[in-house]
Parts: sequence; C-alpha cells; structure tokens
Amino acid sequence: MDNIIIYIETEGGKISDVSLELLTKGRTLAGELSCKLEALIIGSSVEQHTQELFSYGAETVYIAQDKRLEHYLTLPYSAITIDLFKKERPQIALFGATSIGRDLAPRVSSALVSGLTADCTSLEIGDHKEVKSGKEYRNLLYQIRPAFGGNIIATIINPDCRPQMATVREGVMKKEPLKTPVKGVVKVIETKDIIKPEDFVVEIIERHIEERKIDIKGSPIIIAGGFGVGSKENFNLLYELASVLGAEVGASRAAVDAGFAEGARQIGQTGITVRPKLYIAAGISGQIQHTAGMDQSAMIISINSDPNAPIHQIADYAIIGDMNEIIPRMIKSYKLNSK
Amino acid sequence: MTKKLKIVVLAKQVPDTRNVGKNAMKEDGTVNRAALPAIFNPEDMNALEQALRLKDSHPGSVVLLLTMGPARAAEIIREGYYRGADGGVLLTDRKFAGADTLATSYALAMALKKMQPDIIIAGRQAIDGDTAQVGPQVAEKLSLPQVTYAEDIVGFEKNRLVVKRRLERGVESVRTPLPVVITVHATAPECRPRNAKQLMRFKHARTLTEEQDNEHNSYLPLVSPESLRIPEWSVADVGGEESHYGLSGSPTKVKKIENIVFQAKESKRLTSSFEEIDMLMSELISSHTIG
Repeated sequence: MDNIIIYIETEGGKISDVSLELLTKGRTLAGELSCKLEALIIGSSVEQHTQELFSYGAETVYIAQDKRLEHYLTLPYSAITIDLFKKERPQIALFGATSIGRDLAPRVSSALVSGLTADCTSLEIGDHKEVKSGKEYRNLLYQIRPAFGGNIIATIINPDCRPQMATVREGVMKKEPLKTPVKGVVKVIETKDIIKPEDFVVEIIERHIEERKIDIKGSPIIIAGGFGVGSKENFNLLYELASVLGAEVGASRAAVDAGFAEGARQIGQTGITVRPKLYIAAGISGQIQHTAGMDQSAMIISINSDPNAPIHQIADYAIIGDMNEIIPRMIKSYKLNSK
Repeated sequence: MTKKLKIVVLAKQVPDTRNVGKNAMKEDGTVNRAALPAIFNPEDMNALEQALRLKDSHPGSVVLLLTMGPARAAEIIREGYYRGADGGVLLTDRKFAGADTLATSYALAMALKKMQPDIIIAGRQAIDGDTAQVGPQVAEKLSLPQVTYAEDIVGFEKNRLVVKRRLERGVESVRTPLPVVITVHATAPECRPRNAKQLMRFKHARTLTEEQDNEHNSYLPLVSPESLRIPEWSVADVGGEESHYGLSGSPTKVKKIENIVFQAKESKRLTSSFEEIDMLMSELISSHTIG
C-alpha cells in the first residue's frame, strides 16, 4: 500500500536505461515520502534481473514470468499491471515514455480511472491547496512537463486519484546504482490466474530492426552542418550531438553536394524549409540559399570559425571557433547539466 | 466479395505549435495564441489517409470523422469531406470543457458506442499536448484491442487486419481482429490532397450552430440542404455519467503554467571556451529549449 512502483522494461535481455533512471529518481521520491520503492517486471525469463533491480534500490520486485510474454503485448501486460495496482494500491507509478510505456500506461490509467501525465521532465513532491474548497493535500507528486509545443511548462497534479501516474523519457533523469544493493524481496505473480486466452487476440507476426526514415521537418531541434564541417566523418560529431539532444541532422546544399550527408537532409531553397524550436548551424557560412530555409527558426545558434560569416548575423548565439572542439563541449555540458 | 468497413477517424483541431516563428511570441515571451492558426492535427491527417486507403481497397466502406471541440471544430469534418471522407460528427458541449485525456476518452468512447465502427483510427498524439494517451484510453473504455504507433495498415484478410508498427529501433507487424483502435505515427504516408470536386460539393456543409450564426451572412446559402448538415452531439445525445465528463471527470489538474520566455533578437557572441558553452547550454536547459 502507498508505495512507489516502477514499471521495468527490458530490451534484448537487458533492463532499459530509462527504467534504471526511474528507479534512481524513485529512491529520492520514496525517501521524501517515507515509503517503499518497488519494481514490476514482466517477460518470459526476467528473474535474472532481480539483483540489478536491488542494486538500484527496489525493495520489492514483482515478477510476472510466462513464455507467452516474451514480447510486449498490450492486453496481457496491462491485465497484469492493472491487477497488481489494484491489489497493491501504489501512490505513485512511473513508466518510461517509450513506445511500450506510452502504450501501456494510458491503458492502465483508464482502467483504474487514475490520472496520467506523459513525458514529464521533472518530478517533485509538494503540497497543494484547492482554491475553491480550501481542501489541503500533502505530499502530492508534481508532474512537470512542457506543453503547447514546448512553449509552456505545466505542473500537473492528481489530487484525488491513485496511483499518480507519469511517464518520463529516456535520458531525462540520472541513472545511479547504490553502493550496496538493498536486501529486497521477490514476489512472483501467478500470471495464469490473471491473463486470459482472449488477451492474445493481437499476434506479433514479425519484428525486425529497420532504420528510421529521416524526419527533419518534424524535429523540434535540428543540428545542421555545412561545407565547413569538412568531411563525412566529421559529420558524425553532429549525429552524436543530435542523439544526445533528441534532434535531427540537417545539411546545407554544399555539404550534400560534397557527399557529407544524404540529399534528404538538405535544408534551404532547393531543400526543405524548417522552423524548429532550436537550429544549430555548424560550419555553415550562411548563404541566402541556406538561410531562406531556416531563418524562421525560433532560436539559432551558429558555430563558425570565421567571425565574419553571414550566419552569425541571424544567430541568437554566435560561437566563434572550431566545431570539432565546440560540439564535444556542448555534449559534455549537456550531460553534466541535464540531470 | 470484400467486406464493407465502417471506419471512424478521431481527429482534433489544434493550434499550430510546430510553426512557432518569431511572431508567435509576444514581447513578454508568452505565447501569442492569435498568431497560431487552428489546424487539423498532423498525425490525425496520417490516420485519415490510412482510413481512405482501406476505403479504396474495400469499395462500399464508409469513413467518418469524430472530433470534439467548440463550434469552429466543424472545420475538421469539412476538411475530411474535401479529402474523401463520407461525413462526421462534432462532439460539442460546454460540459466537455476542461477535460483531460481521460475525460476526453470517455466522451469519445460514448460517441463511438453510438457509431459502432469496425475500425477506429486516430493520430498517435496531438501537437498541443503530445500525450499519446487518448487512443489507448478510448480502446480501454470500449474494451477493444489497440495497435499504437502504426505506420501502415498492410492488409485486411479473414477478418484480421495486419498493421506495421514503428518502434524506437525497428518495426513490428501484428495481426488483430476487429473492432480495434489503431493510432498512426507521423512516419505513415501523408494524406492525399483535397479533391476539387469534393471541395465544391462540401464547402457549404454546416452544423446547425454555424447556420444560425451565418443567418445574416448573405453570400452563404441560408439553409444548407439536409445532406450537408454536420451533426452536433452533446452529452444528452451520447448519454453516460455526467460526472465523467469535462473537469469533474478529469483526475489530473493543472497546478501551474509557466510561459517560456524567449530571448530578444540580438546576437550574443561567444568564444569556444568550455565555460561559455556551458553557460549557454545551462541556459538552454533552464529555458526548456533542450532536454
């Protein structure tokens, strides 16, 4: 009762980073609330993971193991989760904002008539006073997230419904194992009592790894490189920064013509027009052909060793210097500050 | 003989938060809502295309749109008509106001019970909230299976739909019986353009509310023919528990809203030193531009 349950995802036989990040955050929350931190893990053979969950502070590990559960399926996974939450009545339940967490958590929240906040960037404990009724609430979960395309930050609470549910993206919270694992307990969930044959009406026919299509237009952050990047290899730095920030990589026409990047990434008059929230232009001089496709970006950061490059004129922040030094520093700084 | 399908597309009218240009921010850094046009939620457009493709391959099928919103959201139904849908319903009632995803899902589920579709298709998420919750919650309310993150409805055979899903690191194909709720990912094919004939035919499609508002508007026909009437449904039309609608049916409450303040436009020059870059990155994180 009244504990915190983290839903644990596995991928390729390993616990997903986002689940370990949530356990790390869960320890802090459980400390503030003086309650237990617990984990739920579902799969075909998942008991091997208990030790690692103990080392991240899970005091109870609920295990649902069944060979039919090798891959995630909405109906049986949600049946198990709903059943556990009904019995254990956690006050908080956290899920990774992955394709699994964002499929499972809303289904569970709907069945329990409890609130859910997606993609939180911060979780805190705080009090609340209802203005109309004057009713006071202690120790609620503040679920903080951007909304309205990132133009506002909203703090969401669920005063009356339990569990208070939230999803969090990978990489938003810090991941830190304990120096000494907790001495936790394992509780086995009898899946055959919970899941029914009709929970398997949706069958997986096949799964395979497939490269994602390039989606520059839809990306809120774009890291674009120009001829000044120098080579296809140097473009890897841009991909690295993009993966850290959850961004897409774009390119100027000169960079595409030089073979540094695919044509699908070309931004400018003869490429795509973009208006992201943040545009980082590295090694781009800033010819009108390019700027016509990006000058409506909400914020522009230019990186160019030439202090007179026209790109600096339209930038909000102009960094004068070598991108081979600057981009690794940006990555390092982001990793230090984002936790 | 191919089966005739009844498909309902869930679509939302949203402020265009993607194209937040510089004029979309007021000087104090708050959102200038007036500068953001109301648009057909992009992923719902991908969903509409999937529905229209099923209609193409299964002649005699019907594609309807279901949207919830104020009177002006009737535009969603007209847009659907222009692209080949057969009609739609506007769920509109003051009692829906203040709904979070759960109360929204309840209202949509009640309307869907009345519509009895074989397939419900929605965009994965709406760009004003990005929650991706309504699809799965509607499925749960109707006790239906769900297939989220769909990129392509590959085929329909022996009463089973084969759907290709787009996941973080790959794709997955699943087979599902009907009825089912499917949510469509942005990587799915774009929606076909408006059809000129459909546009001419349906531009005068109106809800009763719009007709009453337009009474004195001389260039519009005073009364549209019955076939061009867009139905409006209220709580009274779909039934259900009043307490499950709107604000009272919403477990989540907004405690605080903070506007993101954008920098005034003036280039700041930085060197490549770690200290200056670190300061910039911290600023970007605290203004939620990144992270």
